[in-house]
Parts: sequence; C-alpha cells; structure tokens
Amino acid sequence: MELFWYIMIAIVLAVFFILDGYDFGTGIIHLFFAKKEKDKEVIAKAAGLFWDSNEVWLVVAGGLLFMAFPTYYASVFSGFYLPLIIVLWFIIFRAIGLELRSQFNFQMWKDIWDKSFGVSSLLLTLLFGIALGNIIRGVNLGGVENGVSAYEAHYFFLPLWNSSFSPTGIHPGVIDWFTIVIGIIAVVTLSIHGANWIILKTDSSINEKLKSVVFKLNIALLLLTVFSLFIWHIIKPEPFSNFSDRPLLLIFPIIYLSGLFGTFLIKKFKKTIYAFTCSSLIIVGGITSSLASMFPVILPSTNDINESLTIYNTATSEYGLTVAFGWGIVGFILLFVYMIVQKRLMGGKIDKMDYGH
Amino acid sequence: MFKNKNMEDMIFYDRLQFAFTITFHYIFPQLTMGLSLMIVYFKWKYLRTKLEKFNNAAKFFMKIFAVNFTMGVVTGIPMEFQFGTNWAKFSELTGGIIGQTLAMEGMFSFFLESSFLALFIFGEKLMGQKLHLLTGFLVFLGSWASGYFILATNAWMQHPVGYEILENGKFVLNNFSALFSNPWLLPAFLHNQFASVVTSSFVVAAIGAFYVLRNKNMEYGKLFLKTGIIFGFVSSIIVAVPTGDWNAKNVAKYQPATFAAMEGIFETEEAGAEIILIGQPNMLEKKIDNKIAVPNILSFLTYQDWNKQIPGMDQFKEEELPDNIPALYYSYHIMVGLGTIFIGLMGLALFFLWRKKLYTMNTLLWAIMFAFPFPYIANTTGWYVAELGRQPYLVYGLLKTVDGISPTVSSGNTLFTLLGFVGLYMLLGLLFLVLVGKTIYKGPETQTH
Repeated sequence: MELFWYIMIAIVLAVFFILDGYDFGTGIIHLFFAKKEKDKEVIAKAAGLFWDSNEVWLVVAGGLLFMAFPTYYASVFSGFYLPLIIVLWFIIFRAIGLELRSQFNFQMWKDIWDKSFGVSSLLLTLLFGIALGNIIRGVNLGGVENGVSAYEAHYFFLPLWNSSFSPTGIHPGVIDWFTIVIGIIAVVTLSIHGANWIILKTDSSINEKLKSVVFKLNIALLLLTVFSLFIWHIIKPEPFSNFSDRPLLLIFPIIYLSGLFGTFLIKKFKKTIYAFTCSSLIIVGGITSSLASMFPVILPSTNDINESLTIYNTATSEYGLTVAFGWGIVGFILLFVYMIVQKRLMGGKIDKMDYGH
Repeated sequence: MFKNKNMEDMIFYDRLQFAFTITFHYIFPQLTMGLSLMIVYFKWKYLRTKLEKFNNAAKFFMKIFAVNFTMGVVTGIPMEFQFGTNWAKFSELTGGIIGQTLAMEGMFSFFLESSFLALFIFGEKLMGQKLHLLTGFLVFLGSWASGYFILATNAWMQHPVGYEILENGKFVLNNFSALFSNPWLLPAFLHNQFASVVTSSFVVAAIGAFYVLRNKNMEYGKLFLKTGIIFGFVSSIIVAVPTGDWNAKNVAKYQPATFAAMEGIFETEEAGAEIILIGQPNMLEKKIDNKIAVPNILSFLTYQDWNKQIPGMDQFKEEELPDNIPALYYSYHIMVGLGTIFIGLMGLALFFLWRKKLYTMNTLLWAIMFAFPFPYIANTTGWYVAELGRQPYLVYGLLKTVDGISPTVSSGNTLFTLLGFVGLYMLLGLLFLVLVGKTIYKGPETQTH
C-alpha cells in the first residue's frame, strides 16, 4: 500500500508539473520574449485561463502526501519552512498578476502585473528545481551537531544557504551550487514546455521565433543534463545503483531522453502537439528518474546517525492507506474525467475563442 | 527558563500566523458557499421564466464569485501548507486521520469547483442553457462539499472518533465511517453553511439597496433586494434554530468547560443557570462586570429544564479551561448578538417587502446596504468560538496545542513570515475591494469584464 500511494503521489506531482509547468513556462517566455501588447495579452491568457484548475493538482498532491505519509509531510514542510512560505508568496503574486492584468485598460497597470506574473513564474520554477535538488541531496536529519541529534530523528531545519554554498558535508543549505544547477535545469525545461504551450494554444506573432528558442534551449538542456550526471557523483558515491540493480527502472531515463531528443525535431513536426508531448515526457522522465534513483528513500540523511526517510518509515497505518485506496480510485477517475471534459470544451487556439472577454 | 520563553514565543507566533491567515482566508469561502446556492437559484429561475434578468443576475454574481474564488485559492493553499510548516508535530501525529478528510476535500470538491467554474463562465454558448445550469449546480456542490470535508476535519478535532493511539503517540484511523457519522459534524456543517448563506444574502441585498438608492439598474436592484431578503431571513433563522441550538447543546455535552467559559459562568449556581446578555469578564475577580442577565434561561435553552444545574468554570481545573476566556466569551456573544439582529433586520425588511413599501424606504435601504459586513464578523467570531473554545487542545482532551507545533521552526522565522503575510494580504485585500467594487459599480448588464 505504501508503494501504491507513493506511485499515485508521483503521478499527481508529474501531472501537476506538466499542467502548471506549462503556465510557469509561459510566464518565463512572457517575461523574456513577448514584446507586442497583442502577444502579451494572448500569452498571458494562455496561462490565465488554466492556472487555477492546474494548481488544484498541487493541493491534491499536498493532501495525499499529508494523508499517506504524515511523518514525511511534517518533516519536510517544517524543515524547508522559509523556502516553502516564499513559494506561497510567489504563487500569490503570480496568480494576481494573471487575474489583474486585463482588469484596467492602461499600460502601466498591465506592465506591473505582467512583471509580477513573469518574475514570479521564473523564481517559482527555480525554487521548485532547487527543492528537487534538496530532496536528491538530502538534509541533516535530526539536526546532528558533533554526533548528537538536536531534534527527533526525522526533523530538521535548513537555512537558506550555508557559508560555502557547498552541497557536501552534513550541513547543507537550501541553496547551494548543486541545487542551483537543478533549479536552472527546471527553468530551461519549463521554458521549453511553456514555449510549446504557447505555440500550441495561440497564434502569437512570435511562434516561429519560439521554435528556434526551443531548439537552442534544448541544446542547453542536453548539456546541463550531462553536467548534472557528472556532478551527481560528487554528492553521492553511487547515484545510479538503483538502475543497475533493477534495470526495469531504466524506463524512466529513457522517457526523459526520448522527450529530450524528440524536442530537437520541433521544426519538422507537422502538429504542434508533438512538441508539447515531448516536453511533457522530459518533465515526467526527469521527475520519475530522480525519484527512482533514490527509491525507497524519499529524503536522504546527510549524517550517519539518523537514517534516511523512506516510504516505509513515514507512512500511516495500513488501515488508513487501504481505506483511502477505495475513495482514491474514485477520486482519480473523476479527476481525469474533469480534466478531459475541460480540455475538450476549451480546446483550440485561444485567439479564436470567444470567452466574453 | 530561556527554553520555556522560547517555546512560548514559538506557540504565540504560530497561533497568531494561523489565526491571521485563516481569518483572512475565510472572508472568501463564506461568500462563495452561500453565493453559489443563490446563483443556482437565479439560473434555475431563468430556465423557468426565460426572463433575461435572472440569467444576467446569475452571470453577474458568478463574476463576483470568481474573484472571491481566486482569492480563496491563493489564500487557501497557505492554510494547507501551514499544517506542515508550523504544526508539524500535529500533522505527524494526526495526519493519518485528518489527512483523509483534507485529501478528500482536494480530490472531490476543489476540483469540481474549479473545473466547472471555468466552464460556467466561459461555456454558456457552447453548452446550452440546461448544461449551463448543471455546471452552476456542480460549482455549488463542489463548494459545499469543500465545507463538508473541512467541517469533518474540524469535527474530529473537536470531538475525536474512530481512532486509536499507538505507543509512539500517533493517532491512526480504525473506523473510517465514524469520521462522517461524528455527532459533532452535521450540526456544525449545517450551521456553517447557512451562516454563509446569510453572508451572501446580505451581500446580494446590499448590492440591491445600492442600486435602488442610486436609482440605477433599478430592475436588478429590486430583484437583488427581494432575493437577498428572502434568503437572508430564512437562513438567519436556520442559523439560530435549529442549527445554532444543536451546536450549543453539543458544546454543553462534549466540552462542558468550554460551555461555561463562552457563556461566562464563573460560579456554578445551585439550580438553573442565568443567561448573560451583556457584561465584561473580569479575570482577576472571576466575575462578570456590568452584568445584564436573565435567570434560568440558559438551563432551559440547553436542557429544556428551568432548574437544571450547569457547571461553571469553578468546577474545572485551570488547565482544562480555554486559555483566553474573555476572547472566547466576546466572540460568542458577538456572534449570538449579531445573529439576533440579522433576524430582526431581515424580518423588518421582509415585512415592508410584503407591504410593497420597501423600495421607497430610504432609511431601511441604507441600513441594509451597510449591514453586509456584519455577517462576515458573525461568521468569523463563530469560528473563533470553535477554535478558542477547543483550547488548550488541538484534539479535544487528547493533544494539547503546545505539543502540536513544529519543533524546529523558531519564533524569529515565524514572525518573519507572519509579517510577510500581513503585508501581502493587505495588498490582496485592497485589490480585491477595487475589483469587486468595479464589478458592482458597472452593474449586471455589462457583459464584458
């Protein structure tokens, strides 16, 4: 049952990063590439119409994590206190940016909220990447100092950074050069994804230009991926032992790579949905590969005294997990039905839709 | 000593931040839950009468709903996060139980609400009228289901059921259906939902009064006044009797110490407890200053027995009593006092509506227009009664509030984030008022926004 809920939560998170990922990416592209008012408007709308139903996936992921792995939820949310609250603030700035820009028709007003949307999207993406980096790298569980735990074994508190910005040693901070690299990978990935979404959903005048932007970003992503595999060894002696032990898990890196190499064909694709599918594969593959490399650990310990958090030592009782299995299945079916109904009714290019705006 | 002072600060800021963020958050759902019901009514009325004004009314209020919903989403995500960030120990110990209801809220209600809200706003032409009504109904269903799951969570904290406590102190579920047959749940849920209908009725009526007084959008002004007053009168009564009454009886039965504190009974009387209408709790001398009270009424209202003895605060140990008795007492008395005034105001308005004099009675219309903030206050103080009344516990009788905070988050960090929330929410509040004000000012007949 632990495994079932672990997989379900991973799926919800992957869907969240595909869906909200495209509107984060849309924000980043908006910030750097949208120059004409008409493009700015339609690109903001490509995110603005969907962000709230996309963000519900985050709420569901949080709720399920809370239900199935309460110890993990408690440990991670209190340990990453500051970055998480700052994430909340950016989520708010992003949302009001999207909702407010079209409320008054004068340029300064629009510019303020466009910046609010764009900058928050960029920083949120960076922070989500950094978060993933932290989960991979691990934390000083129990707050060990000179061989003694300051807290219970599964609690910790991370400063935003340590003095050397170094990911090695037992006292890491949230931001160090390893997590920054993962953060940049997230920004590049979601920029590609967001650009694909804009190309898919709008007839903006920068669509052709965005295709070559995607191509260039994809080269950067390839280089960054190779670089990250290299530096992974610095923080972990054998980072990929899970894959050699269980070759079946290699499916996840293969998903990632197929998306990555598929994206290089962006200018040749007949349908824009293919490019979007490729960037979705990058996201799914990236998240699942990272998780699979650690399994069953979900938060490594950087000291030798307290053991890492796994899906088994943080889960709630078997009865709770089983009961939730019942309503969870019903819930998941409903979620996908809503999603399909909504996407069907709101399909097609944004520019051509009459939404009463 | 130093360590204790540290703990005290941590608890203080954790509680203050939660109180501030939840108070601000609840401004929005309390309107949307009630308003969704009224939107369904307007849309249904349009299908029956084919009068365009009902359809415009439904769409107009859905616009106001949407602004509130957005605010509710962005201020609601911090609530879910704070269980983990500030109340980690509580989450760790009880997540196996309240995680169920909170996760179900996300899955079953939040999704329903957000998906179909977008469809209601953008899809009228695509779907046709009957489906449009259905999407409106699903938005209503989602928002009430949301309230239901949140109340189920809170009911478990007020009156824990269906659990067992493991050796390591963790609460685990052993009876899922008990969470929903909790005797605390249904009265609290209905009380809360109809209280939110009161809020939305007062808002609808206030907008109506504004239009009639301005002599603009008269057709809508009259429609909103009429609808708001009828909904407002009925819901105000349901909030008091039977649902408010049920809740008071539940508190008397399951949380007698809380009951004594909220009613302000310091000393147990021989027979028949008085009901205190006005007065200030004096915690030094343990009595009510400037008291106006009616003898024996409380015993009658609670037990239908004029002479039934009700235990006062002197019957409980200090550590079992809520830790902020004056705040609890005032919250309760403000809620009950305002609730009574609502019935009076709406009753009066209904009378003149029936006599067909209402639309020319400017004084009454001004009163209705300025009455809309008070249901917000009553709803908020109502929640304060529930939350302050449960103190010093998070899970009544089982887990103390002091034992629920995050062990590693220092008070300095919480104060930092609290200040951030205060600043950000002030900005949000201003923008919200501008947006809703603009929508109301423009009126229901302008279809673009």
